[in-house]
Amino acid sequence: MGGKTVTRADLCEAVYQKVGLSRTESADLVEMVLDEISDCLVRGESVKLSSFGSFLVRQKGERIGRNPKTGEEVPISPRRVMVFKPSNVLKQKINQALAEAE
Amino acid sequence: MIKSELVQRLAERNPHLYQRDVEHIVNAVLDEVGHALMRGDRVELRGFGAFSVKNRPSRTGRNPRTGQKVAVTEKYVPFFKTGKEMRERLNDGVDLGD
Repeated sequence: MGGKTVTRADLCEAVYQKVGLSRTESADLVEMVLDEISDCLVRGESVKLSSFGSFLVRQKGERIGRNPKTGEEVPISPRRVMVFKPSNVLKQKINQALAEAE
Repeated sequence: MIKSELVQRLAERNPHLYQRDVEHIVNAVLDEVGHALMRGDRVELRGFGAFSVKNRPSRTGRNPRTGQKVAVTEKYVPFFKTGKEMRERLNDGVDLGD
């Protein structure tokens, strides 16, 4: 299955190909897209991108975890985590594409 | 924030661009991530996070209400792992571990 890793450079290339901007500006814009999403989440706001998915921030309370190697109990401090909830459209597209590839 | 608001904010920061172009940029980024996942590729965005696809093999499930056996077909689910920098930023710059 796949096996390649897509990075920022590929996203910049896609923007460069589709919109008539310079490579430098394409790279800046990709960074700004990620920054706007990150800043929003850091403020505690969720980000909903239709037909792609949503990024949500969840508040986790303190819980007891266990070191899987030693079995030792360790408290896990309360924290905020970010989760990605893929849209049904994206899930369907991925399943269709990969089922056909088999 | 929804996609149109994201486009709006980016357009405000880039007054030299048409709003239509900003829309194309946002879509190009999201499409590129989506297409990579459709190929089964991984998308690694340092500082932000990484998208990948996990395979869930077919299994025999059970209807929890009736206890009846049901066949669940193989499927692929998109997965996202938050990047280190993002994890820290969500917690006032403190790295609390995984």
